Amino acid sequence: MTVESTAARKPRRSAGSKAGTTGSKRTTSTTPKKGSDTDLVQLLTPEGERVANPEYDRYVEGITPEQLRGLYRDMVLTRRFDAEATSLQRQGELGLWASLLGQEAAQIGSGRALNDEDYVFPTYREHGVAWCRGVDPTNLLGMFRGVNNGGWDPNGNNFHLYTIVIGSQTLHATGYAMGVAKDGADSAVIAYFGDGASSQGDVAESFTFAAVYNAPVVFFCQNNQWAISEPTEKQTRVPLYQRAQGFGFPGVRVDGNDVLACLAVTKWALERARNGEGPTLVEAFTYRMGAHTTSDDPTRYRHDDERVAWEAKDPIARLRAYLLATDHADEGFFAELEAESEALGRRVREAVRAMPDPDHFAIFENVYADGHGLVDEERAGFAAYQASFADVEGGN
Amino acid sequence: MAEKMALAKAINESLRKALEADPKVLVMGEDVGKLGGVFRVTDGLQKDFGEDRVIDTPLAESGIVGTAIGLALRGYRPVVEIQFDGFVFPAYDQIVTQLAKMHARSLGKVKLPVVIRIPYGGGIGAVEHHSESPEALFAHVAGLKIVSPSNASDAYWMMQQAIQSDDPVIFFEPKRRYWDKSEVDAEAIPYPLHKARVVREGTDVTLAAYGPMVKVCQEAAVAAQEEGRSLEVLDLRSVSPLDFDSLQASVEKTRRLVVVHEAPVFFGSGAEIAARITERCFYHLEAPVLRVGGYHAPYPPARLEEEYLPGLDRVLDAVDRVLAY
Repeated sequence: MTVESTAARKPRRSAGSKAGTTGSKRTTSTTPKKGSDTDLVQLLTPEGERVANPEYDRYVEGITPEQLRGLYRDMVLTRRFDAEATSLQRQGELGLWASLLGQEAAQIGSGRALNDEDYVFPTYREHGVAWCRGVDPTNLLGMFRGVNNGGWDPNGNNFHLYTIVIGSQTLHATGYAMGVAKDGADSAVIAYFGDGASSQGDVAESFTFAAVYNAPVVFFCQNNQWAISEPTEKQTRVPLYQRAQGFGFPGVRVDGNDVLACLAVTKWALERARNGEGPTLVEAFTYRMGAHTTSDDPTRYRHDDERVAWEAKDPIARLRAYLLATDHADEGFFAELEAESEALGRRVREAVRAMPDPDHFAIFENVYADGHGLVDEERAGFAAYQASFADVEGGN
Repeated sequence: MAEKMALAKAINESLRKALEADPKVLVMGEDVGKLGGVFRVTDGLQKDFGEDRVIDTPLAESGIVGTAIGLALRGYRPVVEIQFDGFVFPAYDQIVTQLAKMHARSLGKVKLPVVIRIPYGGGIGAVEHHSESPEALFAHVAGLKIVSPSNASDAYWMMQQAIQSDDPVIFFEPKRRYWDKSEVDAEAIPYPLHKARVVREGTDVTLAAYGPMVKVCQEAAVAAQEEGRSLEVLDLRSVSPLDFDSLQASVEKTRRLVVVHEAPVFFGSGAEIAARITERCFYHLEAPVLRVGGYHAPYPPARLEEEYLPGLDRVLDAVDRVLAY
């Protein structure tokens, strides 16, 4: 499947322009109320109205109706894929699924801001970013079905394997970015993590290393308000984006349900990285509409009225409203997309059901790159053990 | 071409050679640059190769290993220093959950040629957390390779081989032997990285050790000879993989085995060696495999470490016991 790219490649901009200046006033702490919208970058209101933003408008000003429809299509297909995966878990085809429902704008907006040569370090929930990178959705499902622990070549799409240990990948992203800087390459790195991960030491250490070495990395935090059952209040006393200030680089909070704003802010942050201006923290303020994973039961720790309130800010609905209001899309477009969406669901369903179990000897594969005597010995022992059953069966 | 040098200097020379040979090799850690490391193992390297390749890092072990993983993903070959054995634990998560497993979970697509140098072991009168031997905690983890040289020549060559390895290698440096000198021949044909070496031939008992305890075992063998006992000393050199074939060959000859390490005996590498050698050599053994090592207690204050660490007498005591069966 080819994924339509909506991210316009931009030329490098000369350094020192306003948006790229470290210590921008958006990072100054005025102790805003937790969760207040005061500092929120928003380009599309929940009702789908375009609001002007003098700092960030220029990052999306050239966006075409076709590209807007592309963003919409990305979000719809990602949500459809996600819903299919949840169903497949309920049907017993997957052992677990971590749904991204509600976070489509944060992921598609940031994902479409990337250039091909940029490198992504995801958590285990970045299905929308994977989509933008051109990773086949069915490849994401191998680990959730239990046939592998990561079924794609990270260098194939510059999309690293999903990382389950919370926050670990932010250090890998920082190290990778240090390497990019050493190479003098004109690319950037983006590290995804969440509000829960912001409490991890590895995330703090990655901020330190990135700042000290001025690494070209964007820290993209999707604050979806919940770390399984724990609200953001259990992770922080200050809005997360303000953490960046203490490390010496800018932080900005963006409406994570506004795909245009996420696109613009991420482009700005990536541009800073490419211009040698170092790391940026982007906090995408969003909401995990579903459970943490299919093993979770959110009714035990949060009220449904919270979810209902966030439904009114749905990322897909607001772009749809905007597309309709501006005549950038007609009913034919939506109908066609609906059909494409169902086809995707069908394709994913069939692919998962057809996914074979791995060969038994896969246990011993790739434990080491240069081999290890013990692995060889145990593989041989396992083979002999398996063969002993074959003898019994064969000797009937 | 052989030159006599201290073990620390041999590692320094080896790192220098690697930095010269491959622009992707990096040295990173706390104080490795201007200071040359607290043991001066990296002395002069930053001056000659620059801050971009010999990198003073923030004081954060998880950050050091985590960013080294990222650099390796970008194509670099980082050699990172953990300043002391007892300080590796903040990085333990990155080493165990990320570094060790990434090759496997990428189905072989990703290789992480990262070397983690750890000065380890006691005997230098240090304060708490500066004298430990955590090798078994890493040997338990698939995906890692664990080596420990006992002399300058091995230190030089094993570092060359560790850096060339496409697998992560934990390189345990016997810090109390840093100043011991021996011949290093930089033109020699290197001995295989994970192969044990008989450093003294004998017929009555095999002493197996690695790193700092090899010297103790050699001294014990000299002392035992005066009592008419012939001890074979096997320098294991590599803890993972472990060269059981060489162990087996020696034990089939001597029929008795004593394993010596500084690390606590309980669940130490000696336990694994005892179990496997018992399986392999059951009908050759005249006595159970005995172990000499640290006690199941925190590493003691420096004034007690001579009692805690296996020394000549404790090794000979075990030799007496293994011969008494």
